[in-house]
Amino acid sequence: MQIMYDVAVIGAGAVGAAVARELSRYDLSCVLVEAGPDVGGGTSRANTAIWHTGYDANPGSLETKLLRRSHALLEEFMPQAGVPFERLGGLLVAWTEDQRLALPALLEKAHQNGDTDARLASAEELYQREPHLIPGALGALFVPGESILCTFTLPLALATQAVLNGVNLQLDFPVREILPGRDGTYLLQGPAGRLGCRYLVNAAGLYSDEIDRLLGHRDFTVRPRRGELIVFDKFARSLVNHILMPVPTAITKGVLISPTVYGNVMLGPTAEDLPDKTETSTSETGLGLLWQKGMAIMPALMREEVTAAYAGLRPATEHSDYQIRLYRKQHYVCAGGIRSTGVSGCMGIAEYVVELLGDAGLELSLKAEFKPVRMPYIGEAGIRPYQSAEMIAANPDYGRIVCHCERVSLGEILDAAHAMIPARTLDGLRRRTRVLQGRCQGFHCHAEVVALLARETGQPASGLMMLGAEDGA
Amino acid sequence: MAPEHTGVLIVGAGPAGLAAALELKRLGVTDIIVVDREEEAGGTPRLCHHTGFGLQDLRWPYSGPGYARRYVRQAGTAGIEIYTSTTITGWQGPTTLTYTSPRGTGQLSARAVLLATGCRERPRSARLVPGSRPQGVFTTGSLQRFVYQHRLPVGRRAVIVGAELVSLSALMTLAHARVSVAAMVTELPRHQIYFPYLPVKWVMADLLRRTPIVAGARISLIVGHTRVEGVEIRRLDSGRVETIACDTVVFTGDWIPEHELARLGGLALDAGTRGPRSDPDFRTSAPGVFAAGNLLRGAETADICALEGRNAARHIRDFLNDGLWLERALPLRVEGPIAWIFPNIVSPSAGRPILSHFTFRVREFCRDVQVRVYQGAKVLHAQSFRRLLPNDSMRLAADWVDVADLAGEALQVVLHRAGSSCSIG
Repeated sequence: MQIMYDVAVIGAGAVGAAVARELSRYDLSCVLVEAGPDVGGGTSRANTAIWHTGYDANPGSLETKLLRRSHALLEEFMPQAGVPFERLGGLLVAWTEDQRLALPALLEKAHQNGDTDARLASAEELYQREPHLIPGALGALFVPGESILCTFTLPLALATQAVLNGVNLQLDFPVREILPGRDGTYLLQGPAGRLGCRYLVNAAGLYSDEIDRLLGHRDFTVRPRRGELIVFDKFARSLVNHILMPVPTAITKGVLISPTVYGNVMLGPTAEDLPDKTETSTSETGLGLLWQKGMAIMPALMREEVTAAYAGLRPATEHSDYQIRLYRKQHYVCAGGIRSTGVSGCMGIAEYVVELLGDAGLELSLKAEFKPVRMPYIGEAGIRPYQSAEMIAANPDYGRIVCHCERVSLGEILDAAHAMIPARTLDGLRRRTRVLQGRCQGFHCHAEVVALLARETGQPASGLMMLGAEDGA
Repeated sequence: MAPEHTGVLIVGAGPAGLAAALELKRLGVTDIIVVDREEEAGGTPRLCHHTGFGLQDLRWPYSGPGYARRYVRQAGTAGIEIYTSTTITGWQGPTTLTYTSPRGTGQLSARAVLLATGCRERPRSARLVPGSRPQGVFTTGSLQRFVYQHRLPVGRRAVIVGAELVSLSALMTLAHARVSVAAMVTELPRHQIYFPYLPVKWVMADLLRRTPIVAGARISLIVGHTRVEGVEIRRLDSGRVETIACDTVVFTGDWIPEHELARLGGLALDAGTRGPRSDPDFRTSAPGVFAAGNLLRGAETADICALEGRNAARHIRDFLNDGLWLERALPLRVEGPIAWIFPNIVSPSAGRPILSHFTFRVREFCRDVQVRVYQGAKVLHAQSFRRLLPNDSMRLAADWVDVADLAGEALQVVLHRAGSSCSIG
């Protein structure tokens, strides 16, 4: 006998976590089901971390509408929840006469999409704003609203608030089968058990097409698009003031240079269609291409040290718009094909998905209380624990720095290991604290971090290091 | 908050920092504070459990931890104040630094500052090695902490990237952890392990003989989903790619000074060493700020760092007495196969470099070459070498400093191969 939930949300990325959080306002029993060991460990983790205004989306599309709505919701949510973000503004740089001539049409589109702040900028203004760009740019489209955010904290904040408000989080639960239950309910079959629900939301990202197939639909196919990125050391941060974008083509928004909320600078992404949904390796070709692009835009950046290189997969489909559909009779909402703006669109998508569930008959009565969430702050724009005399006075562990490059204190590591959604893996700890994310990549603190996480979570170090049991603890 | 005042503030309690503190004390400077971000003073030697430390400064072979303990104990006996678990976070003034520690945040103000923050190995990402990002990728530094400090499991079969002296430390550490070594891979045509003294050679001969060295090859891919499953290496001559199965990769060498604090303070960095530019008296471009040890140019052995610290101390004492700083500084620039030279500034008021020679390193094996120091078209010094070895420090005589025009152009250090048409003018 399994528990019967009112709603099950499959996939705990930004979108799934936002849907679960939105549902937790209502008097419902909900479960958030995730195949991986942590929230936000898939596509939500490895992307450009741009908070898009949607200025360049297709006017009239669902994506545009939900991005606009999401923007307003995130603007309210992120400061309250302690999600790092910085309003930097974006500059779409024209390097050729053709590109310069394309700018007015892009501006027109931005205005149509409701981004009224967008305007053209002269080459002179561009170089005033970005003196380290290589000479030769002809002008730019300036989008003051384009911003950056912390893609690690956001899904965690959304999921934590959902859990705080009663949602059950099931990690390590890949949905293998969806079986019909009694009275039109569903039974989700995982490797080690099953759970039941009356309504179902598919937010499975790269796997949203496979879940959709389990429910009998063949409306779209996810075609993973790999994006490789290079992250530069913090000393590069002073070289870049805005999000620097090329004029987009039909296929991709192109390679951009952007600061990160951790004080680094990111260069990427590439765009390469791949058949494999797990292929998150970087490649010699991809990194080489980025190097070339970087040299062509900002050679000064390429003289700084590289802190990290990574790749993420965007769940692109054969369609250009989001694949969000309600199957009323099935009590099923598919929120798939969120191709490249899932993080920016997540809260708008969540609101829309819950509205659709209501249309399908889910009774939505608000609870008396919706508990707020406050996440540990890991951005550079605010005060971190090591900078706070008050926090250190209250708990000296906030003054005991373990990760020197990112200045992560013991106190923060202990907090993350015992959080409402605790860090159980090294990557999970990294995303919660920035530990191991710095220029030395663990030269100093790798061993200590492994020892700490093993001790605090009661796991053997060999497990954290992904070594077989026979290697001993 | 009002800053805490002291005479000399030393950042880093490794061999350079502690040796400087001890020498300052001996010279009669009483108010010294040494800070270190680690929980324990002693620096990197604490993590190197092999012998061979202290030959030049203490004239006795110690193990790394023994060497570190000896310095820490001496500092304790001398009454030198060491603040551990104290991270310097930035600059508040020319010689005032901010810190964070379990005791809180604050400021330390000194009449002179010595930066002795050491160096680190560049990790896989900085070397842009493509592939997946599984567990099992180390540097020698992280490996030593896994094995000796925290006694954590490492893996079963490793590939070592690099074949220089530090790679030998990685090899010994892996042997201690009972990890077999599938290969040592170096891009250079042969390994660069030159034993600093004979006993080590005897000890290491057997271990080294059992380790396959793949020369002239580069690691081109890391494979593995959650854990390293293998690496691809590419032969530089033929382009041939082969796969080596392993669950551990150790990146060794490729040093970069821990220059972040120096850079935050606006100190001029040398393009070659990437450490703060410094003259033979260990003076940087910022008045009152000295630098010593591996911060200056990446890893030398601990005894060299300690000698530098000891030497820097004398110049710090002089500065406390006379307040003089370098007015004119003539930078030394390097070219071609020469990676860096140290000291990289010549100044009128400075003495000769430590042990009366400049230290330089080359990027490749060179035979029958001449290293020349130019000022404009004028050759100030020419020194022939039968061979120059990469990843080892070479010595350039220093007596030519006296003939340099200190008001003149920058100095160029250039390598000429035999048969080149250049001649000494």
